[in-house]
Amino acid sequence: MIDRIPSGFHPFVIPFLVGMAFVLLYCFGAMIRVLYELSWQDRKKFFLSLLNPKILLKDIKDIFLNCLIHVPLWKRNKLFGYMHSSIAFGWFMIILLGHIEVLLFVPGRINLFYYPIFFNYFVAEDDVTLRGSLLFFLMDFFLLLIMSGIAIAIFRRIKNHVFGVKRMARPTFLNLVGLYSLWAIFPLRWLAESFTAHISGGSFMTIPANWLFRQFLGNELNMLPTWWAYSIALCVFMCVLPFTRYMHIPAEMLLIPMRNAGLKVRSSRKGFARVEFFSCPNCGVCIDACPMTVDNGNVKDCTVYLTRQLRRNNEERIQEISDKCLLCGKCEALCQVGVEGPGLRILERARRDYTVPFLYPAGDKKVESRKVLYFAGCMTHLTPAIGRSVEAIMKKAGIDFTWLDEQGGLCCGRPMFTAGRIAEAKAIVANMEKLILESGCDTLLVSCPICYKMFREQYNLPGVEIVNYIPFINNLINTGRIKVEKSDICYVYHDPCELGRGCGMYEEPRKLLGRSAGIAEAGHNREESICCGGSLGSLSLDFSQRENMTKAALNDLYTSNADAIATACPLCQATFARYADRPVKDIAEIVNNQIL
Amino acid sequence: MIDFGFTLSKSSTVDLNKIDHSRYDQLVKLVPTARMCMNCGSCGATCTVSEYKGMSVRKVLYGIQRGEDVKAMLSSCMLCGKCTMVCPRGINTRNLILNLCKLYD
Repeated sequence: MIDRIPSGFHPFVIPFLVGMAFVLLYCFGAMIRVLYELSWQDRKKFFLSLLNPKILLKDIKDIFLNCLIHVPLWKRNKLFGYMHSSIAFGWFMIILLGHIEVLLFVPGRINLFYYPIFFNYFVAEDDVTLRGSLLFFLMDFFLLLIMSGIAIAIFRRIKNHVFGVKRMARPTFLNLVGLYSLWAIFPLRWLAESFTAHISGGSFMTIPANWLFRQFLGNELNMLPTWWAYSIALCVFMCVLPFTRYMHIPAEMLLIPMRNAGLKVRSSRKGFARVEFFSCPNCGVCIDACPMTVDNGNVKDCTVYLTRQLRRNNEERIQEISDKCLLCGKCEALCQVGVEGPGLRILERARRDYTVPFLYPAGDKKVESRKVLYFAGCMTHLTPAIGRSVEAIMKKAGIDFTWLDEQGGLCCGRPMFTAGRIAEAKAIVANMEKLILESGCDTLLVSCPICYKMFREQYNLPGVEIVNYIPFINNLINTGRIKVEKSDICYVYHDPCELGRGCGMYEEPRKLLGRSAGIAEAGHNREESICCGGSLGSLSLDFSQRENMTKAALNDLYTSNADAIATACPLCQATFARYADRPVKDIAEIVNNQIL
Repeated sequence: MIDFGFTLSKSSTVDLNKIDHSRYDQLVKLVPTARMCMNCGSCGATCTVSEYKGMSVRKVLYGIQRGEDVKAMLSSCMLCGKCTMVCPRGINTRNLILNLCKLYD
């Protein structure tokens, strides 16, 4: 290969250079801004993580697997995975191979930024070009790969349901500009390389096209316009990139190392949170996941719209979206990039000012000293059968225990926490910690998953083991302190949000239920379980607005054709029982009835 | 007078000349379901903190309608949501309390 243009420059590269300079400067500025917004501890943590070879290797591996190959997407939907990885990985390979070509054939030009991108225009074949035929083949192969991905993307816009995705986020005008320019880039590159193929050489895609075009179009006249068009398409894409969903491409490359460094969101608007909401690719997985979007309601209150409004600083909408959410966590569990929808919303709620201070009311409560302390929680006092069943099981097993809140009057602080009143929740936590530690117990037994999550994450109780009642009862059966017999009723198990996605407990309840009754699975289970709609997470959803959500979750449970519904949360039980056409029981009640 | 072991409390006649409705009106704008309260008392009966501070959403609601000071009750609420669960009128009591906590200065 030899240089064809002696100066190594042509004006058509200018649009590309402008776009590239703009996007690089913008991303660099944005990165500096984010680093500046981090607290100094976080900043230190982040920089130190980059010096740690183990974390650095993980960063590189994660960026390669997530951003280029899109592994999580492959696991979710093969066609989607193919579509994204073909474009991302193919594009990366074309850029990489372009650099290799320049290094191999015209090493003197490697300092020219645009050379690898427009290589085929600037070179001509000579008699030793055969050495490059593998590279030419690979270039055409990856171009074909990308174009197959683009073809799927275009088809998807027309027939969305083929992909198993019902709803997508409504694209904004700039998102459409970005989308169409992205679609245009690769066919234009193919055309440009084809028109030039008789000079610069090519492979199975470009040489036949060059021959074909020669028959009726001629190549020479079309060469420059298509290279211009290719360069302009690149320029348009890169100029709109920072203002569209495609910002997720650079943002995710910062998000992954930051997450690997152990950074957490501390504010809903700044620092790590900013990287998170810029990393949202607007794919809309959260729309189908969200329990509020039943019957196409509340679509604009999903996490994808939260990230969009956070980018726009639309205060009114941000408040509305963050107050409505049930905080069930399904959007976060299914999110491909790991945007923490519920966490961002809680932090957003924490920005509100309350003029009436909170004064902890239950300060003088005392509790007896026993080995095991049982905390039922507020909700269990509305469904006392659960608390009484746990009590009966403990008595039958001969456990030395007492109630922490037999007459009620104590709250774990989780509802205050999810309402965004973090300092007030911490006041509750501090008082509760004091009460529990003073009792001298060694085990705190919790039957409500909402409280359990709070105890696990926010409490510091040295010397006290915090256990959920499900593993506790399982353990009683394992050690032979109680024996259960299996009933012939078949239950479908509903994963409560706070126990499943919240605490990662999926198999223990199934094991316990399976020991005392038949068990069936709902249409959506484990991390895809649908919220009952009763969640305390939502501040603004009224009782009447929740009815459809509960009914939709019930319909999903009914698909199992089970005789009854089993759950492990007093709130889910109370919510479902109102609308269900079959009995709704807590696992504790079922086990208690089956004890021999 | 003979001591019967109890006293008469001060008359709590509603005095429309003195009542300031502005806070209640603001609240209704933010939480429209506040208007639906029929004073049944389910909220107070289930309230986690009623045993300490006599908290009850019912009392809060008629309190602000009569211009009484309900701040002590508001500041004791732990937002546990039991009142929302039992309200027969479907009032979003948690949101009501949260919004009221913003309306005082």
